[in-house]
Amino acid sequence: MIRFVIRRILTGAIVVWLISLVVFAIFFIAPPNVAFLLLGRFAASDQQLVATVTAQLGLDQPIVVQYWHFLTRLVHGDLGYSYYSHQPVTTLIGQALPVTASLAIGAAIIWVVSGVLIGVLSATRPRSFLDRLSTLFALIGLSFPTFVLGLLLLYLLFYKLHLAGVDFFPGGGYVPLTQDPWQWFVHLILPWITLAVASMAVYVRLTRGQMLEVLGEDYIRTARSKGLSERRVIFRHGLRAALVPIVTQFGIDVATLLGGAIVTEQVFGLNGLGKMSVTAVTNQDEPVIIAVVLLASVFVVVANIVVDVLYAVLDPRVRLS
Amino acid sequence: MALLQVRDLTVSFRTSDGLVQAVRGVSFDVQKGRTLGIVGESGSGKTVCTQTLLGLTRGAEVGGTAEFDGQDLLTMTSAQLRRVRGARIAAIFQDPLSSLHPLYRVGWQIVEMIRAHERVSKPAARARAIELLDLVGIPQAASRVDDYPHEFSGGMRQRAMIAMALALNPELIIADEPTTALDATVQAQVIDLLQRLRDEFDSALIIITHDLGVIADMADQVLVMYAGKAVEIADRRTLFYLPHHPYTQGLLESIPGSAGVNEKLRPIPGQPPSLINLPSGCAFHPRCRFVMDRCLTEIPELRTVERGHLSACHLPLDLTGLGSADDSARQQAADAGREKIG
Repeated sequence: MIRFVIRRILTGAIVVWLISLVVFAIFFIAPPNVAFLLLGRFAASDQQLVATVTAQLGLDQPIVVQYWHFLTRLVHGDLGYSYYSHQPVTTLIGQALPVTASLAIGAAIIWVVSGVLIGVLSATRPRSFLDRLSTLFALIGLSFPTFVLGLLLLYLLFYKLHLAGVDFFPGGGYVPLTQDPWQWFVHLILPWITLAVASMAVYVRLTRGQMLEVLGEDYIRTARSKGLSERRVIFRHGLRAALVPIVTQFGIDVATLLGGAIVTEQVFGLNGLGKMSVTAVTNQDEPVIIAVVLLASVFVVVANIVVDVLYAVLDPRVRLS
Repeated sequence: MALLQVRDLTVSFRTSDGLVQAVRGVSFDVQKGRTLGIVGESGSGKTVCTQTLLGLTRGAEVGGTAEFDGQDLLTMTSAQLRRVRGARIAAIFQDPLSSLHPLYRVGWQIVEMIRAHERVSKPAARARAIELLDLVGIPQAASRVDDYPHEFSGGMRQRAMIAMALALNPELIIADEPTTALDATVQAQVIDLLQRLRDEFDSALIIITHDLGVIADMADQVLVMYAGKAVEIADRRTLFYLPHHPYTQGLLESIPGSAGVNEKLRPIPGQPPSLINLPSGCAFHPRCRFVMDRCLTEIPELRTVERGHLSACHLPLDLTGLGSADDSARQQAADAGREKIG
């Protein structure tokens, strides 16, 4: 088990390193002239200035040297400075990550709890009204674009209520949890719902399918023949067996989301990683882009390791070696 | 008064292809401490029949009555039925790997069953689980109680299922093909075990099988099913030596070594019928050597051949037995009943 985890962490580190290499290479192959971008209209008139800025940023050095500097800094936890705000990238991430984490984890809790519950209910009553309703809901949830849903929620629950004199839901923005937990919560309700709906639909379908399969198994018949209550049969025996693939999916989904929920963050004016990466890409802010990509890939790699270990914990038939 | 009295049990399922008549009016008794064997081909309704008694056939349309100790199992509320399941009627299923929950320890699954019916502490239930596993011959039961089902061999899994079934000393055990999924050597061990424990615990047993060897070993009474109906009911001895129904005869003749050293095996030709489109008259007539005109139109009722021996066949009631003389007598009777069919 421990050897397995160590090996997975090492291969994970290699994957992250390869990703850093690829991202770096992209900028080498199609190098943006950052100095030009930064200087704007001054660049055309003053060649000297362009050269100075380029030298300042270290962009005049050979690419291998640049990469070596990047890598040694990275090992020391230094991700460099933003070309634009000139702040350390770690500081920027430190500001954006709590926002995205609040958004992603809250939404994940909502969608996994409600998705699994609805999925179980509709699996235990196949072809019932509730089952059909949840199928319809899942279909709508899946096909509804996030930005439309987000704007719709803002229109109805912020704008319309605001006109009616109720100001419960704020129109956007973020309040840190440490500053005011209640405001943090209120500010995040609509983004959470927006982000949760589509994934919830996926989990309803996933849970329903898994449960229908499991409930047809012989050991469910055994559980019933033992005289257990139906609730115990469904949750303790059925859901427990259906949970393994759901947990796997969940780990990967949350990790992906921690890399930034671009659309939702944009709609609700949340300065999270998603928004940060969009800004960085439009500005060609290379250090920030590389940092965000690396962070996102670290999340996915870690989630994969966690999921693999969880898999063995949840299913004793899986032996890690 | 019989422990279990099933009368005119019917079970059907609505499917998109039509109504599947899995059980079409079956009646039988199980006496306290006695063993009833149910034999028949796959799809003859033997499993559906017994699972219906425990309310395990979901979505089925059920008719008839099944009185267990004076109470009709088929009209019980789910709460009442739950108290019977496991505690008073226990079940053992065909495939012991898929019948045990793969994600829970074997002991846990036995403990869960005990604690679903009795107020006992976890350590006490666990001690009982170990005792039971030891009783069914699991070596080092005290440590293997914490094994997962996949760490058990097939035979051990079925032993564990038997231990679980015995946990609450039920009055009736339903064993549905308990040896079919096991190796031949292990089969014999499991049958021995079942036999020993049945006697020790004095439980009644319904054993479902298509293996007539198992019936010969264990059953007091035998019920032969074909296409959802009981075609012959007899005590074991009568069934093996003086069967009346041609289907029973066919089953006996298809056992290797049954019909004497020099006789060839005689398989029953054809396939079991579709339970959606049943043949007219006697459901067995398309495969019967002794088919007569009336078999095509009239459904044969169960008639008393002798006390305790019932058969649903139009052939004269005195034509029993397996010898060649018995066969030619049947053939003569059949020829006499044929005008339309050649």
